[in-house]
Amino acid sequence: MSVHAVLRGNAQTAFERIENFFDEFFGGTDNPLRHLGALGLYFLWILVATGLYLYTVLDTSIQGVYNSIGHLSREQWYLGGILRSLHRYASDAFVLLMMLHLLREWAYGRYYGFRLYSWITGVPLIWLAYVSGIGGYWIVWDRLAQYSAIATTELLDWLPFFNEPTARNFLAPDSINDRFFTVLVFIHIGIPLMLILGLWAHVNRISRVDYLPSRRVMLATMTSFLALAVIRPALSEAPANLALVPADLPLDWFILFIHPLTDITSPAAVWTLIFGATILLFALPFLPHPEAQPIALVDAANCNGCSRCHADCPYEAVTMAVHPYKPGHKIAVVDPDLCAGCGICAGSCPSSTPFRSQEKLVTGIDMPQQPVDVMRQQVEAELARLGTSPGGTPTLVVFGCDKGADVRALASADTATISLLCTGMLPPSFIEYALRSGVDGIVVTGCREGGCDFRLGMQWTQERLAHQREPHLRGLVPQDRLRVVYASGSEQNHLATTVNEFRTQLETRADSSTRPPAYSRRKSHHG
Amino acid sequence: MAKPAAIVGQTILYGAFAAFIGYFATAPTYKQIPDDVALIKLSMSHLGGRECRKRSPEELARMPPNMRAPLECPRGRSDIKLQLELDGKPMFETVMHPTGLSGDGVSTVYKRFELKAGTYQLAVKMNDNLVNPGFNYVKEAQITLKPAQVLVIDFNPDKGGLFFQ
Repeated sequence: MSVHAVLRGNAQTAFERIENFFDEFFGGTDNPLRHLGALGLYFLWILVATGLYLYTVLDTSIQGVYNSIGHLSREQWYLGGILRSLHRYASDAFVLLMMLHLLREWAYGRYYGFRLYSWITGVPLIWLAYVSGIGGYWIVWDRLAQYSAIATTELLDWLPFFNEPTARNFLAPDSINDRFFTVLVFIHIGIPLMLILGLWAHVNRISRVDYLPSRRVMLATMTSFLALAVIRPALSEAPANLALVPADLPLDWFILFIHPLTDITSPAAVWTLIFGATILLFALPFLPHPEAQPIALVDAANCNGCSRCHADCPYEAVTMAVHPYKPGHKIAVVDPDLCAGCGICAGSCPSSTPFRSQEKLVTGIDMPQQPVDVMRQQVEAELARLGTSPGGTPTLVVFGCDKGADVRALASADTATISLLCTGMLPPSFIEYALRSGVDGIVVTGCREGGCDFRLGMQWTQERLAHQREPHLRGLVPQDRLRVVYASGSEQNHLATTVNEFRTQLETRADSSTRPPAYSRRKSHHG
Repeated sequence: MAKPAAIVGQTILYGAFAAFIGYFATAPTYKQIPDDVALIKLSMSHLGGRECRKRSPEELARMPPNMRAPLECPRGRSDIKLQLELDGKPMFETVMHPTGLSGDGVSTVYKRFELKAGTYQLAVKMNDNLVNPGFNYVKEAQITLKPAQVLVIDFNPDKGGLFFQ
């Protein structure tokens, strides 16, 4: 195993443990760590909204920028001052979340294959975010702005792009003029607009984008920012004076850390680091990584054009086209570049039902690496095995996911386990099929809420089992013989404990009270 | 987890998030240079000289009327030699090359020097046409630097050449 794989594996374990710990307090839906992208986007909207107000009151002369912004914090602290502080703290939080988001996606291995596009389009956003953040500090034109402006231009001057050193623009108090701030404001608006455009491209290839986190998360983070704005309002330093070196600067380490880094190393070292990191991020998807999953295949004869796979695909990989030989019908078409190979489409297909009598179960859309027919064979083999078990304890079938807690470790004389590409691949009819074939209980497990490796697998599964989404679990299936367990890859013990508790519950109740009618499949060789 | 425990946990975690953001947004403070240090910034942007040749009347007569410029000047500019001396000792020396693919742009320099605050004898010498020996611009003065002061050494022909600001 390569050093990179070990590093990534350790980082993934660390993320999983911290996220699971957070789940104890927040739950999956409100866990900020599971919605970093959406939270970052929310902070961006705060920045845009507060920035619009700050722009309207900004006077773009040398004295004017300092005085107009300072006026907000002193005379209008209750509105302008608060908004200015929100702008400051939301920008810091945005940068922090952006880097966490990057680190998390890398740790979970979400940077190659069908995620290549999202990864590559995300890298330039880091540059845009930092350029926006650093430029924003200049607009105030206080001592901190002076330090940042000089440090940035000195860093830029190391590159062989400029005819004259750009740092000459900040040599002496009379070096800059009012128009400088007009240009600066336009840049500080233009770059964030490019950032928003880049974000649109970044999420363009996924469906049902989390544009905003849950209301609770938005409220809680906004309350945190407001508390900060009151306790530690963002204030200007003394006005910039190019005749003096600013001393004892209250530096924003989230955004301006690059300046001290340049001071203690050199511009050459910092540019090497910046370009090196950028190249590495771009190259990462092309370095050795696990093989991509085979993509979904459509069987024209069995596709009835119902569009459920199109609706459920988390990556917009399935589109609907005119059926080649069924007049008036549509057919699913899979885009190989977008398909994640998760199998959620196979789980959504109405043809993926084990009750069909054909010897070989061919469904409308299927995964070559784990066809629904093989799944049925596995289930039937396991049902046959459980049927010959010594008895005494309730028999269970545990359906799980390769990305979540490993269900295979639970296999025993009274427990059958089927691990799927994603739990979202499980057609609900398999649950009914197993119960009606004599099994006492079914456990469905998958990644934690908000932690599904394929985004929507567990959400769709939960909705299908709750009769809120097609194909839904039929009403004749008793809910008390079904247990859904959220367990990520590192929660083997939690899954084992819950399965044992469920078995005990089944053991202590009347056996036939809620059992669905028995069923035995008649096998047919007809298509 | 029970609701009160979850609320307490969330409050602590959001509080920690706010404290982390709030602290590192302004702290720890950063000191770019020590308290008793001043800064000299040497920054110049100047076109080096070039040797022009006066065309003879015969040459001019042979040229089309609209192109009869009296001087023939090469496109390229001379390197510029610069020396700094502090209290009579060499402090910095460089040869600035003209920018541009044809060497016809300005020659520039931008350097920072940190010095303890105090009084010094500062001399700057420049030769902007290396065809000629020696230095055609010299500026020498006693300077007193206060802590955190920025002294700029620049060149502007309209201000008499080299100057301190």
